[in-house]
Amino acid sequence: MPDPGTERSHQGVSVQVRGLRKSFGPLEVLKGVDFDVNAGEIFVLMGPSGSGKSVLLRHVIGLEEPDEGEILINGESISSPTVMDQYRLAMVFQSGALLNSLTVAENVGLYLEEHRLKTGEEIARIVADALELVDLRGVENKMTNELSGGMKKRVGIARALVIEPQLLLYDEPTSELDPLSAVTIAEEIVRLNERIQVTSLVVSHDRDLAFGIADRIAVINEGQILAIGTPEEVKRDKHPFVQHFLNSHFIRANPPLGA
Amino acid sequence: MRWLLCMFQNVGEIMILLWRTLLAFPQLWRQREKVFEQFFEIGNASLLMVCILSFFIGGVIALQTGPVLVERGLASAVGGVVGISICKELAPVMMSILIAGRIGSAMAAEIGSMRVYQEIDALRTMNINPIHYLVLPRLAAITAALPLLVIFAILVGWLGGAFVSSANNRIDISFAAFFSTLQDVVQLKDVINGVFKSFIFAWVIGVVSCHQGLVTIGGPRGIGRSVTKAVVNSIVLIVILDYILTRILLR
Repeated sequence: MPDPGTERSHQGVSVQVRGLRKSFGPLEVLKGVDFDVNAGEIFVLMGPSGSGKSVLLRHVIGLEEPDEGEILINGESISSPTVMDQYRLAMVFQSGALLNSLTVAENVGLYLEEHRLKTGEEIARIVADALELVDLRGVENKMTNELSGGMKKRVGIARALVIEPQLLLYDEPTSELDPLSAVTIAEEIVRLNERIQVTSLVVSHDRDLAFGIADRIAVINEGQILAIGTPEEVKRDKHPFVQHFLNSHFIRANPPLGA
Repeated sequence: MRWLLCMFQNVGEIMILLWRTLLAFPQLWRQREKVFEQFFEIGNASLLMVCILSFFIGGVIALQTGPVLVERGLASAVGGVVGISICKELAPVMMSILIAGRIGSAMAAEIGSMRVYQEIDALRTMNINPIHYLVLPRLAAITAALPLLVIFAILVGWLGGAFVSSANNRIDISFAAFFSTLQDVVQLKDVINGVFKSFIFAWVIGVVSCHQGLVTIGGPRGIGRSVTKAVVNSIVLIVILDYILTRILLR
């Protein structure tokens, strides 16, 4: 296993989502979702809150079982027991989902430590490299509650990088971040995609992020894909909801006091 | 009807979790650091409480039974009554209830908050089995710690009984006389009986608390609900199992 931080040649994987349906009780969250993510691209799944994006992402990484339909990685169904062992998938959670009782270094090195893949010294070096890659230095011994929201997300990315993923899933990577931190995260996603050729599937409701980083975008609402294509193609899509979602801005009717 | 179904579902899930944890026992050596960590945490959190509780339980039993027995000329039975009631019943049950409140609640809260804040999902995405990583070390630690705490509680409880028996002028039995009569009545198998019960109760507390943590839903309110359920369910099961075990062990 090569170290994170060094140039690597492993290829990202392609993802095919076929007729995915999921209900929680009477609520149908996904209503037959179909789309493809090409190997090595940054694919952004965009939609309003409650549209089913995060549930879809949890299906791709195997945290949820679909009621109907299937997800294929490089043409192989993830329901096959060997597939999830064959490909390396990682996810960056909306909250970071760092283990509170561990330090930053322990969080980042957890995968290697638990699977006994490296010695203690090697893990320390890989962790330092992974943190360097997301521009975090000198935080190894901090507890996660000492970090800002943006730092937590970057530690989450570093933790995912240690797995050397072929598919990296991001759940709302810029939510709860200030605009500058959001830009840093966006740069990070693009930089990693270019540097390690990982396939990136990003779920977000942030239009700036989506159009800034995506090779292709899909717009989802109420569990259905409404538009899919390059950023330019999605901008030109005529679906009323897509146009409303992409172009709605709040402008105050009356001028502000003192203006 | 619905609560009955819910109860059966809970019992089924707990049995499955116990079975999966038992299957994971060959992984115990790999998780030894976490087991020791949990073991010392349980000891640190409970030793003083166990000491105070068992000393006073021993004292109260001596105080309640001593004068009555002495008045009827049965002074020689005080040590035996206190000794046997502490080692066979009070130490295992009271200490298990204490540990359910002190440690079981902490287990449910910790695992519950990990579940709510997606830390368990993060473990699963890293192909780390939450049963191996979270449940196994806790169950192993409490299984080792509770019987040891019960042995300690038995000794301190006897000491409490002896102290009260000698200090209270209505009983007035010396330390030596108390322990001499205790030795006549209490046999090693009585102590083993109590320790065996605590071993079973440790499994109950560990599995019920970890299960409640793993099925936590919602935010902080959900965590609170899980903690309450973990403690209440553990105590109810301890009391029911105590009756069943006593019936079996009396044969």
